Amino acid sequence: MKAIAARRNHRFAPVVLLLLALLVTGGVYAALMPSPAVAAAADQSDIEGGKALFRANCATCHGPSAEGREGVPSLVGVGAASVDFQVSTGRMPMQQNGPQAAAKPPQFDEEQISQLAAYVASLGPGPAIPPQEQVDPAGGDAANGMALFRTNCAMCHGSIGKGGALSEGKYAPSLAGSTPTQIYEAMVTGPQSMPVFNDANLSPDEKQDIIAFLEEQKAGSPGGTDLGAIGPVAEGLWVWVVGIGLLIGCAVWIGAKSS
Amino acid sequence: MTTDNSSTEVEVRRDASGLPERFENPGLAPHQERMADNDPVADKRAERQVVILFALSVLGTIGFLVAYFLVPPGETVASMRLSNLLLGTTLFLGMFSIGAAAVHWAKVLMSDHERQEQRHPQRSDEKVRAEAIAQLKDGAEDSGIARRGVLKGAVVTALALAPLSIVVPLVGEVGGDWNVSKFRHTLWKQGKKLTRDPSGEPIRASEVTVGSVFHVIPEGLRDEELWIEEKAKAIVLMVRIDPNDLTEREERKDWSYEGIVAYSKVCTHVGCPVALYEQQTHHLLCPCHQSTFDMANEARVVFGPASRPLPQLPITVDDEGYLVARSDFHEPIGPSYWERLK
Repeated sequence: MKAIAARRNHRFAPVVLLLLALLVTGGVYAALMPSPAVAAAADQSDIEGGKALFRANCATCHGPSAEGREGVPSLVGVGAASVDFQVSTGRMPMQQNGPQAAAKPPQFDEEQISQLAAYVASLGPGPAIPPQEQVDPAGGDAANGMALFRTNCAMCHGSIGKGGALSEGKYAPSLAGSTPTQIYEAMVTGPQSMPVFNDANLSPDEKQDIIAFLEEQKAGSPGGTDLGAIGPVAEGLWVWVVGIGLLIGCAVWIGAKSS
Repeated sequence: MTTDNSSTEVEVRRDASGLPERFENPGLAPHQERMADNDPVADKRAERQVVILFALSVLGTIGFLVAYFLVPPGETVASMRLSNLLLGTTLFLGMFSIGAAAVHWAKVLMSDHERQEQRHPQRSDEKVRAEAIAQLKDGAEDSGIARRGVLKGAVVTALALAPLSIVVPLVGEVGGDWNVSKFRHTLWKQGKKLTRDPSGEPIRASEVTVGSVFHVIPEGLRDEELWIEEKAKAIVLMVRIDPNDLTEREERKDWSYEGIVAYSKVCTHVGCPVALYEQQTHHLLCPCHQSTFDMANEARVVFGPASRPLPQLPITVDDEGYLVARSDFHEPIGPSYWERLK
């Protein structure tokens, strides 16, 4: 250090310092900032890949540039979240025309889905796929989630998210098999009959609370079978048919003569 | 109690064609011998079955105690379910097996002598009747009620009035509140902010995007004394519909705000909360009886038993951009009642 201190007044010292400063700045910048040039290139190839997939699988209905037509929605501005939800749940590509596109095993792998999402997101701004920490059930308050679910969701999806009927063959699906990401995306994008719950209506934290509540329901009912959790109809049917049937059986056995 | 059935024999009259005038008493079915009565092997088997049933009950009770102490409900859903399952199954085994064993014992092993008991006539015999009437007469004579008219009046009046102390408060509680005007008015009034249910945060018009649905309560609801009753009347469902899809009467044009419409969430059929909104068809479905309302067309009934549209809440925005009510509902919310339009 003494040698450096002795030369601090050397005439090349400012030049050396300047060079060092530039090196450090550049190094820190390179370390902290993801390289935008590389990322854009990857995005671009994703978009290209997604475009090819779209042309082959989706354009028949949604049109070559996703503009939609009579009875088929335009995908401009629906965002990556919508594509990720529809394709990862298998609802799109649609199996057949009907009151509602049904969920089925997804037809694309994760990489293809992210390519399709990147392509559709490039057509117009829309909701993005939520980051993992935003949908992590561990970060939500299940009690608050229950209050929000009862007010906003339970009328269609049932008190613990087992689904229910709508009009004319449409239905609210069970949420038991949905991933936290899919639940979040459905709230943000409002697929099919479902209304949109934007961030002003249910803030991202409130959405996380709802996910936490639904995740708790996956543990099942502590009292045994929940009979589908669709309410008093199933429970009444069980009591009247099975319960009273057993009682009648006992009465007949008691009254019958022994052989 | 007799063991013969001669007293059930009745004389059978026959009409001209030889058919009996009334059905003949078929008497008792022929006695059937049980296997356990004749066959010692079957007897032993039946006894064993009963013993096994009692033994099952013993096992069930022991199992219950074991489960009670060794499998506590714990903290997780799975452990609670296991505990409930074991307790329920063992309790059933312990209780049901005793009953089943007792019934089986009685049916296969206890004596199967068939006995008959005749119903005795309901009417008391003449002697008892005469005695009772004589006693009543004697009592009335003794009280002198026939002679003392004022006394008779006093006792009848006292007995007739006494139940009023029960009946009057009871009926008064049931029918004490005939103020129907409270069904006609809700918490909504001019300038009342529309807020989110349940948080009570006010809503800006810009936050209500097309296709979204807001469940709305009036501002300051929780400050009301009977806030749950007020909430039941004031709940509102608010959606934004593309103004091109919206059909509105001329005089109702200013009840909505740039396509945002707010309707009472209480079904006009029997008052269920009607909240199943399908954003693509703008239909609002009631889960109770499938009444369907078209939100884009003044909430008219398109299907189901409801007979009139949902009442609309006139809304606008205040200076800060928050949605506020313009007035209360213009008609009573909820199902019909006969004073509704008086």
